Amino acid sequence: MLEQSILATSVWRGDAEGGEFQRFEVPRRDSQTVLDVVTHIQQELDPSLAYRFACRVGMCGSCAMMVNGVPRWTCRTHVSKVSGNVSGGGGELQIAPLRNLPVIRDLVVDMAPFFDKWTAAEGVFRPSETRAAPMAKVQPGSPARAAANAGIECINCAVCYAACDVVAGNTDYLGPAALNRAWTLVNDARDGGQAERIDAVSSEGGCHNCHSMGSCAQFCPNALNPTAAIAGLKRETVKAKLGWRR
Amino acid sequence: MLDVRLYLLQRLTALMMIPLVLGHLVVMVYAVQGGLTAAEILSRTQGSLVWGGFYGAFVLAASIHGAIGLRAISAEVLGLRGVGLTALSWGVFLTLLLLGVRAVYAVTAGGPA
Amino acid sequence: MIRPHRRHPLWFAYLLHRVSGLALALFLPIHFYVLALALTDPSGLDGFLRWTEHPLVKLVEFGLVFLLAVHFFGGLRLLALELLPWSPRQKSLAAGAVAGAFGVSTVFLLNAL
Repeated sequence: MLEQSILATSVWRGDAEGGEFQRFEVPRRDSQTVLDVVTHIQQELDPSLAYRFACRVGMCGSCAMMVNGVPRWTCRTHVSKVSGNVSGGGGELQIAPLRNLPVIRDLVVDMAPFFDKWTAAEGVFRPSETRAAPMAKVQPGSPARAAANAGIECINCAVCYAACDVVAGNTDYLGPAALNRAWTLVNDARDGGQAERIDAVSSEGGCHNCHSMGSCAQFCPNALNPTAAIAGLKRETVKAKLGWRR
Repeated sequence: MLDVRLYLLQRLTALMMIPLVLGHLVVMVYAVQGGLTAAEILSRTQGSLVWGGFYGAFVLAASIHGAIGLRAISAEVLGLRGVGLTALSWGVFLTLLLLGVRAVYAVTAGGPA
Repeated sequence: MIRPHRRHPLWFAYLLHRVSGLALALFLPIHFYVLALALTDPSGLDGFLRWTEHPLVKLVEFGLVFLLAVHFFGGLRLLALELLPWSPRQKSLAAGAVAGAFGVSTVFLLNAL
């Protein structure tokens, strides 16, 4: 029965200059994901549609889009969860490129600002030892390791970045993903770049701009909590500012 | 828009205002009973170092806190940056401080020493 | 009107904190001006205070007390969020802040009428 019904789908078509939504009618199927819908359109209805995906199983972080106004990983988002249940029909779906990033074409955004901020936040491991040094001993149950573990499953999908209204109002703001990454490294006992990292996240676009509105944590597909990570950075940067940090 | 220095100022003034706002709420609920008159307000505050200090500290903290808050809003909502943003922050701070100090002076100066 | 990605409790808590803070910052200059009348125009101050006896003005005052209280309790939640270890009860705490502010401002209104 589901096979007969039609999903009314609006897809954003355009580029950096602008664009508009185009309507497609997509056959509704069992266990259909939003990425399946986009793929159907590109393969069967309009081969010129540009979109990005790779793994299809929620690991690579490349298929995030705005689905009915909310940022989501499309490969792990079932249509049944988001399309509503319009009586007799297959529901409605609106698919747009991620918010807060420049559009290249259709559903593809330029991720460069997102990854540039990852680097600007010192989200890079700085070894404190050479490869000749013995293996560092890190207690898995220590508070610092627990704090790092809570944030390391980030797949760089930029869903949090698209959800964040501080990013929307301030293009210099480093954003939840980069700051969450910085927080995991602040808690990494093996890292030797802490002073630089504290400086990087204390800059004009740093962690202090966060208003804890929690949209990052609300929409993170991996259930991470960048708001809590940023609160941790606020504490550590204040300690550093007051000279309380070793 | 907010670096660690402004963030720290914003949170320190917030902490400072916890007892001040609580005190202000209690005074408001108490004083509003039976209506307000100028004489009633002045009899409580005139010549009082305690109320002068209480409201003086409140005005200072609120001026800083409000200026930093409006700074963040103007930057994010109006897109204000650079010199304009700095000028607005200082302008709000000084306006609130001057008007506030004048008000505290008006209700505490004079009266029984 | 509220876009879909904003429809969750903590975003509304953020909006309430921002709007109440903005309103308080805009109200403060008026508040200070009126208090300063004690020095510049005492009879004008009494005239103004008589005007505030009107029930509709009391309702506006209830709103102002609510704004102060909700910014206060909401601010306490944010200070705790930033200074203390993370609590997963943020939505309950935000709801509690609104309830507490409503309670305080209702107590004020009952005493004012």
